Amino acid sequence: MQRATIDLWVGLFVMAGIGALLILALKVGNLGTYSEAQSYTLTGIFENIGGLKVRSPVKSAGVVVGRVTDIQFSTKTFDAAVTMKIDKRYAFPKDTFASILTSGLLGEQYIGLAAGGDEGMLKSGDKIMKTNSALVLEEMIGQFLFDKASESEDSEDDSKF
Amino acid sequence: MTIENLVEIKDLNFSYDKRPVLKGVNMTMPRGKVIAIMGGSGCGKTTLLRLIGGSVTPSSGYVKVANQVVHELSRNELFRLRRKMSMLFQFGALFTDLSVFDNVAFQMREHTDLPESVIRDLVLMKLHSVGLRGAHNLMPGELSGGMARRVALARSIALDPMLVMYDEPFAGLDPISLSVIGNLIRRLTDALGMTSIVVTHDVHQSLAIVDYVYFISEGVIAAHGTPEEVEKSVSPFVHQFVHSEVDGPVPFHFPADTYATDLNLENSVA
Amino acid sequence: MPRRIVIGIRGIGHRVIDNIWRLGYATRFFILTLLKSGSSIRRFSLIIRELYFTGVLTLIIIVVSGLFVGMVLGLQGYETLQKYGAETSVGTLVALSLVRELGPVVAALLFASRAGSAITAEIGLMKATEQLEAMGMMAVDPIARVVAPRFWAGVISMPLLAAIFSAMGIFGGYLIAVVLIGVDEGSFWSQMQSVVDFRFDIVNGIIKTCVFGVAVTAIAVFEGFDAQPTAEGVSGATTRTVVTSSLVILGLDFILTSFMFRGVG
Repeated sequence: MQRATIDLWVGLFVMAGIGALLILALKVGNLGTYSEAQSYTLTGIFENIGGLKVRSPVKSAGVVVGRVTDIQFSTKTFDAAVTMKIDKRYAFPKDTFASILTSGLLGEQYIGLAAGGDEGMLKSGDKIMKTNSALVLEEMIGQFLFDKASESEDSEDDSKF
Repeated sequence: MTIENLVEIKDLNFSYDKRPVLKGVNMTMPRGKVIAIMGGSGCGKTTLLRLIGGSVTPSSGYVKVANQVVHELSRNELFRLRRKMSMLFQFGALFTDLSVFDNVAFQMREHTDLPESVIRDLVLMKLHSVGLRGAHNLMPGELSGGMARRVALARSIALDPMLVMYDEPFAGLDPISLSVIGNLIRRLTDALGMTSIVVTHDVHQSLAIVDYVYFISEGVIAAHGTPEEVEKSVSPFVHQFVHSEVDGPVPFHFPADTYATDLNLENSVA
Repeated sequence: MPRRIVIGIRGIGHRVIDNIWRLGYATRFFILTLLKSGSSIRRFSLIIRELYFTGVLTLIIIVVSGLFVGMVLGLQGYETLQKYGAETSVGTLVALSLVRELGPVVAALLFASRAGSAITAEIGLMKATEQLEAMGMMAVDPIARVVAPRFWAGVISMPLLAAIFSAMGIFGGYLIAVVLIGVDEGSFWSQMQSVVDFRFDIVNGIIKTCVFGVAVTAIAVFEGFDAQPTAEGVSGATTRTVVTSSLVILGLDFILTSFMFRGVG
């Protein structure tokens, strides 16, 4: 086969391969919308993080604004320190409320940020002061049963009178 | 007149694993001659060429090419020596993925910085000398056996080597191609002033073109001499070989137990 | 009876020693290939020629299989996900399966059986017809001239082929889920984008394909170079290339996956 033909085909092949990589990076992946270089770090202390994982999304008003980058357990306070990277474009007030939420009944868990009214904004490395832990289903059910039981006990006591 | 010896082989021993192939071979090959090495199949002729080319190392003794002991050379020195020698393999060993032209040009492109126009001229000259200038665009698969052998010959003389080794150059050729190759070997050797070593078992073709003949049998040199001496030789081995007789010093039967034992005849009688 | 056991144990020992010896020989060959790659990288046209044979000629099977694997994933994923009312996640399912696992692994398996076997057969045949020895006699190192360009061409083509495979697969999933079934196009892509991470999923996938590319081509060139110079020898070496590289791909995939995606949701 002629040299020029081979060169042409190989050129097309390499271009197709690089094109496929770009499609994967931009269209399929999140390289187009999110970049680690332009982000800042926040930490939050949670009593219980439930099923939260590294790389779980951080959302505010349903919009993904960042990702969880690290989760550490502290042996001093016996709670979890969650580090997250937030896109530079989004700034949050100092009294922002962070809670661990679940998308849908069985969906993945994420951190929801609810902005407060403070004038000052959170800076890189700051700690979010107001946090709300994950709802753990077993605890909820346990609580519910306990409440029911104590209610009925109350009513039985009432009936004695 | 002193003739310089290009190749000198002294007390050469070689064995594969523990099976001896060559046992104390001595040879001298003067510059500018065509030397034939003959012998039955599997007698170590090809091994001898590999030893000269340095692809295998002798168990003892040495091969000297141009006053250098081949197996003592470093890899780089060996490669430098190999640029001055070449080998024609039994079936040509043309590179099947390259055209005839590129096959002949291969060494020029690998070893020299010649511009493409010069390479083109050289390649066409080499192909012309084997009569295949018109075939330079063909692929090796499109050539007949004789043509492939000629292209391989052109490739082996591409860099004007001082020594060319031919491994069975006549095997599997029709009589016409056979004498064409034979004549080419003689003519190119004389024209380019190179030395040729032809390993073959084709007696008549080679006796017609060579200057000196070595016969190898069972790893030792059974006889040697000029073609005239060999023709008249009374040595039983040479006689058997030259006149292609079925039985003689080289037996027809491979060593075996007696026929009767193998067929269990003795037992059945008993 | 004890004699039989001794023979059996001896057989095992013999095999183990043989295989270790072969592994060492292969490693030495691999290192030699790397050391002698200089000239083939300087003469890039040699690699381009081999890129045609390993890359371009493998393209068609990669494109077709990628498309069909993606379409099947789309169909099956939809069937399962719609039971939970999560059919918009079908894009995520297709993309994650392809980018993390199926793209690298299936593309590498196809590459091994299409390009790897061809490399082994070609080098084995060159050895059987004395072309490699002839090259050595011409003072040209066959490892530098024959093996290294094929090796690098394989290493370059593998990631590109795997990327094309994944992209085609995602397109196949899109065809089935969005065009044929009618999943909402916007949520198909946006769900995919919100879950597939560039650093964790795509870069890890590319690293996998690079490792597979090195492994498959190294096995292919070694088997070719080591083949017995006969017809059976070459066919046996070709079979070994496909079998060994398939097993190595799956094994390496397991190891790499357990390192890359451990504890990551």
